Amino acid sequence: MTIEITERRGSAAGAAAVRRTSVHAAPVGIVTDIGNVFVRELMPVLRNPASVLFAMVQPLVFLALFAPLLPETTTGSALQWFVPGIVSMTALMSASFTGANLSEEIISGSFERLLVSPVRRSALLVGKSLREMVPLVLQTLVIVLAVAPFAFDVHVVGIVSGIAVLVPFSVGLGALSLALAVVAKDQAWVFWTVQQTAIFPLLLLAGVLLPVDGAPAWLQTAADLNPLRYIVDAERVLFAGDYPADTIAAGLAGSLVVGVLGLWVGVKAMRGAR
Amino acid sequence: MIRTVGLTRHFTRNKQTIEAVRGLDLEIAPGELVAFLGPNGAGKSTTLRMLTTLIAPTAGTAEVAGYDVTRDRAAVRRSIGYVGQGNAAGHQYRGRDELMSQARAHGLSRRDARARTEELLEAFDLTEHADRPVSRLSGGQRRRLDVAIGLVQEPAILFLDEPSTGLDPQNRVNLQEQVRRLNAELGTTIVITTHYLEEADALAGRVIVIDHGRMIADDTAGALKSALGDLVSMELATTEHAQAAAIRADRIPGAQVTVAGTSVEVRAPFGRSAAPALVADLAAAGTPVTGLEVVGPTLDDVFLNLTGRSLRESDHTAEQTDQHEGEAA
Repeated sequence: MTIEITERRGSAAGAAAVRRTSVHAAPVGIVTDIGNVFVRELMPVLRNPASVLFAMVQPLVFLALFAPLLPETTTGSALQWFVPGIVSMTALMSASFTGANLSEEIISGSFERLLVSPVRRSALLVGKSLREMVPLVLQTLVIVLAVAPFAFDVHVVGIVSGIAVLVPFSVGLGALSLALAVVAKDQAWVFWTVQQTAIFPLLLLAGVLLPVDGAPAWLQTAADLNPLRYIVDAERVLFAGDYPADTIAAGLAGSLVVGVLGLWVGVKAMRGAR
Repeated sequence: MIRTVGLTRHFTRNKQTIEAVRGLDLEIAPGELVAFLGPNGAGKSTTLRMLTTLIAPTAGTAEVAGYDVTRDRAAVRRSIGYVGQGNAAGHQYRGRDELMSQARAHGLSRRDARARTEELLEAFDLTEHADRPVSRLSGGQRRRLDVAIGLVQEPAILFLDEPSTGLDPQNRVNLQEQVRRLNAELGTTIVITTHYLEEADALAGRVIVIDHGRMIADDTAGALKSALGDLVSMELATTEHAQAAAIRADRIPGAQVTVAGTSVEVRAPFGRSAAPALVADLAAAGTPVTGLEVVGPTLDDVFLNLTGRSLRESDHTAEQTDQHEGEAA
């Protein structure tokens, strides 16, 4: 590669043709490719960490308004039962919102630039989905810190394991949300309609706010098919510092199902993006 | 550098097939500066989107930088820079971060990426604005950032899709200046689409006129215009004088003469050179010219001559296929 020094400045818009660095562009491996996308995704969070709180508004309101209404039970603190549900709900909200950022990028044009760049379609999807881990961790910490002064026991190992169980779910749901944004293209209302329609049944059928145990049979069946339900059950035992293998395994399995399915659908949708 | 053979793209919309691009044969050599000119919906952007791998051709082939746009997309993407109709930089991001990320995507080492980022920021007068969110930049600043991002890996070819839409005249002129210099100083091959006649003229490169998905003219702006000839408009005292003037004007080689009352219009190659003798002859013959105007042809005249429509009018009536590439065929 030749190096040219053309130092010319002065015209109103500066010298477009300045070239001093010798540019060694090269094909990028898939892992680096994913890493580059991931790092780019983190930039808005790094530059403006408060943005992570955006998806938390609803869960924090629920926490503030519901928690005082919870009855004290003989089996333990109601808050202890409620918080893992709120953590799961935050993960659900946050990950399902992530396609909104992509919608914005589709409308503004930066997504098109990425599509024309050498970044693999699969890396775009995976890198963007993996970003979900960051808000998941930060948001869980905020919630735990918020409730720690009250009737809530902090079990560090349980909380860390709880977050780990939620990771595949968050990443997979993020991928689904991204897929939805890709399919909706510049029609952002399609994205919002589907996202809003999908999350509330998921949430209510997971027993986040109220137990589904006493529900009629049809509702039970619907809840049994909801992977989030098993995840919430696992979060509850983990946050309480209990480690029953079957509950945790079921939660992890539910989370992995969403993770694998989400990434598969997401990569498929992203490959069709244009 | 770019070669297409029978490049075709159809869209299906409401069960109707729209032939956005119909069998385009194109050859662009390294170092050329080419403007695709045509009304909205003519197929310019669709062509560009095929050349940049964003959409696949329905039929035909295209090679960009030696790589097939369907079989070797990755290699095409590494070789080209692209400035789309929207903004390259995400609005929540900072300009510096976006340049950095684009450089890394092209495989530059972290050090090189950083150096290249600073160099481009400086070259495009963006250093002061590099740490502000892109959403807070002015339209002109964002466009400069878009071009900078497109140039990160020093592409052999830079594609710009309607880059000056939405820019004020000052920024539009600046952008054209940058594009020209990029082409002249670095030898970057440049393909730009525009529906602004002035822009195709100002870039002073090769102009490919596209209408209804077909190439209808391909030459420099100067050659396209001079082939059409100048328009000499004369006013005479009476209709008889006008008739006499028309007969005299008809002797100019290649002249097309129209008379309307006391006005005579002559469209002729080198009309401006023929006009003085014409005026002198008519004065000597006792049918003097009372008013005279000589106008050089514009690219709009070229388009009008080729299609029977004015490009300015077509802009408002053409189907907006370029914006609605919804359902792929």
